[in-house]
Amino acid sequence: MSEPVFEVRDLTRRYRLPRTALLQPPRTLTALRGVSFDLRRGESLGIVGESGSGKSTLLRLMLSLERPDEGTVTYHGGSLRREVQIVFQDPVSALDPRMRVADLVLEPVRVLRLPGDHPAMLAELMHAVGLSAAAGRRFPHEFSGGQRQRIAIARALAPRPRVLLADEPVSALDVSVRAQILNLLLDLRAGYDLTLVLVAHDLSVVRHTCDRVLVMRAGEVVEVGDTRTIFRSPRHPYTRALLESIPRLRTRGPVA
Amino acid sequence: MKDATLEVRHLTVTVGGMRAVRGITFALPRGRRTGLIGESGSGKTLTALAIMGLLPEGLTAGGVAMYGAEDLLSLPDSRLCELRGDRLAMVFQEPMTALNPVMPVGAQVAEPLRVHRGLSRRDATLEAARLLERVQIPNAAERLRAYPHQLSGGQRQRAMIAMAIACSPDLLIADEPTTALDVTVQAQVLALLGRLVDEEGATLLLITHDLPVVDQLCDRVLVMYGGWIVEEGETDEVFGRPRHPYTVGLMDAIPPLDEDLPDGRLRAIAGSVPGLGEFPSGCPFRTRCPRADDACAVMPPLAGDGHLVACWHPFA
Amino acid sequence: MRRRPLPPSLAAGALLIALLVLSALVSFAWTPAPPTHVLIADRFAGPGQHGHLLGSDQFGRDVLSMLMVGARNTLFVGVVAVGIAIVLGVPLGGAAALRRGWVEELVMRASDLMLAFPALLLAILFAAVFRPGILTAMIAIGLAFTPVFARLVRGAGLQVMAQDYVTAARTFGSSAGAVFWRHLLPNVTNVLIVQATVAFALSILAEAALSYLGLGTQPPTPSWGRMLNDAQAYLNQSPLLALWPGLAIALSVLGFNLLGDGLRDLLDPKLVERMQ
Repeated sequence: MSEPVFEVRDLTRRYRLPRTALLQPPRTLTALRGVSFDLRRGESLGIVGESGSGKSTLLRLMLSLERPDEGTVTYHGGSLRREVQIVFQDPVSALDPRMRVADLVLEPVRVLRLPGDHPAMLAELMHAVGLSAAAGRRFPHEFSGGQRQRIAIARALAPRPRVLLADEPVSALDVSVRAQILNLLLDLRAGYDLTLVLVAHDLSVVRHTCDRVLVMRAGEVVEVGDTRTIFRSPRHPYTRALLESIPRLRTRGPVA
Repeated sequence: MKDATLEVRHLTVTVGGMRAVRGITFALPRGRRTGLIGESGSGKTLTALAIMGLLPEGLTAGGVAMYGAEDLLSLPDSRLCELRGDRLAMVFQEPMTALNPVMPVGAQVAEPLRVHRGLSRRDATLEAARLLERVQIPNAAERLRAYPHQLSGGQRQRAMIAMAIACSPDLLIADEPTTALDVTVQAQVLALLGRLVDEEGATLLLITHDLPVVDQLCDRVLVMYGGWIVEEGETDEVFGRPRHPYTVGLMDAIPPLDEDLPDGRLRAIAGSVPGLGEFPSGCPFRTRCPRADDACAVMPPLAGDGHLVACWHPFA
Repeated sequence: MRRRPLPPSLAAGALLIALLVLSALVSFAWTPAPPTHVLIADRFAGPGQHGHLLGSDQFGRDVLSMLMVGARNTLFVGVVAVGIAIVLGVPLGGAAALRRGWVEELVMRASDLMLAFPALLLAILFAAVFRPGILTAMIAIGLAFTPVFARLVRGAGLQVMAQDYVTAARTFGSSAGAVFWRHLLPNVTNVLIVQATVAFALSILAEAALSYLGLGTQPPTPSWGRMLNDAQAYLNQSPLLALWPGLAIALSVLGFNLLGDGLRDLLDPKLVERMQ
């Protein structure tokens, strides 16, 4: 078995909160506590947790944007900056409103000084996410939320990453558009041979897009396993609570 | 409709010369729960704001919204202020911005009681404590003095619900009340909302994009798209036998939890929701509809018996 | 983006400023009379007398010509002073937003310190230490406005830094400098422009005040502020002498303020976009 792409061991991250009382020491918030897992090559891993679970902090540590207080995050690959990319939750703040789409998508290529025919790369990336290359001349505000998310994905793919982290990629999108973006991520994973990490607060998002699921709560991993097992026979009571609280359609109409 | 708390006829909302709500007609049966489903651009929030007289500057409402013998859309501000908080109440999506951050929660919950019932500060505070208990906030008496930022998201939303039911309103409009909450808290808050509405005998209008929520909580459902109502009926009917292609598409787009998908792909509706002013003429859904044809260049009327649909080619 | 109607304040402001700029430019080629031409026989002429459209002062100099040449002065000081404030203030504010920590503390506390001094006092202090003159005035006003721009860029910059596109840029290895030039600066330009127009208006006032006190532009170069000072002594004989420079100052300041207001209205996100 090949070595994991990411190895996370006993990862702990604390934040010092601003002082609330003059003479008392400031309180600390433990965002992550002893988190350990492997990210296997080529897999699609779902990280599920509610607010305060630490999932966003985990991503920042994996991207090396912050350093852990204890424990290690090891990336087994070449250049982290090039090979690990991220797609964010909010399609509005993810794109610089003053830049044209073409410049946005190619920005990582320019910053990393990657060689190549830029116009050709742009065209390929835009087509890969279902947009026309001509859209490169327009500005982000001219696109809908779903389209902006596609642009953000194109940007993430520009440096030909090996790992794609998606932080709640569909939470801010309309329901009718979510499935499109999730399908897109799955297609791209196959087409670009990516390892995918999908962070969500909603288990239903990961049910059909992830091979394995990691359930987090208050900075700790409470359960990890392959998706089918987690959904059919969850072991931890929190996982069960998460599953039970997903509202389901009682009456399901005929599938068109 | 026989006994309706609210009867809306040909409601329009105009933004900068464009119709965001295009002339919708519906009624809310007394004491029952109606869900209003829509995504961005459907006009669902503007509908609620128009009814409550809370449209922002620059937006105009047309049509009629009959509450009893009064048309809410043509009432003077003074009368609307009397009704709001007392007979008509609203719960918003984002509790952090809907609650006043520099006022203790107890005072905010007590406010409608003091304004509309003329209670003294002491009596209103006592009642506020009782309300906080009803919405299941632990240590209600202590929590009276807490500020919104000291409460969790779920508690803030409960506090807002407490504020809304303080004067036993006839109509309670909840606009995406649980969207901003954690999933485990959502279920509790929704259950609470349903229970309180029943206890008070109030009429509920629940606005959301989340179909399963409507299925669980509401008796009737209205589906909006592009400023029109495209389907309407009893929840069991609409979800059991959806007729409008948009409703079908929405239901299909929900990832099933207990089964696998054929070919591993989620079902999606093609295209994206157009921005304001970019909806096609005629049926707003026709650019995304697999069943559309030339007839759809004309907007179909909302028609049917009990289960209404606005479509030239509905499912049977 | 849908075209928004041009705010009337923008048009009005632009008009006034155009007038100002035009006077200054024309004055290089032509003035009704040489502004420094002294003709005692002509003193205190009323408006329209002896070819003086706006009259003449105590030395017989043509008021209109002096105003036109004074306009050059006003604009020059405004451009250089605001220029200094931007060149110094923007990088300081940008560094504060980018680096946070002690850099931010240092910049902010230094700004607080400078802002605690009335700008005019600072300028007078400066002029007293160094030789009074137009250069001193420009530098003094520029330094006085530097903390305003630093705080502005820091505030707007912090908002930019909180956006995901900045995090994305850091993810693929952008340096702080790259983030500053590519993302921070373009996104604070809106507020920067509006602030610059306000600063321009204030620097006009400041220059006039300094010249009035004799610390700005030195004779014989015409200056609106000094014209005011000179006119003071002759208020009984010729009150109009104070009106013209005062009006010129007021209209110029108004013009820049209107421009700033109009730009702010034009550049602010509008209701329609919020409704999307």
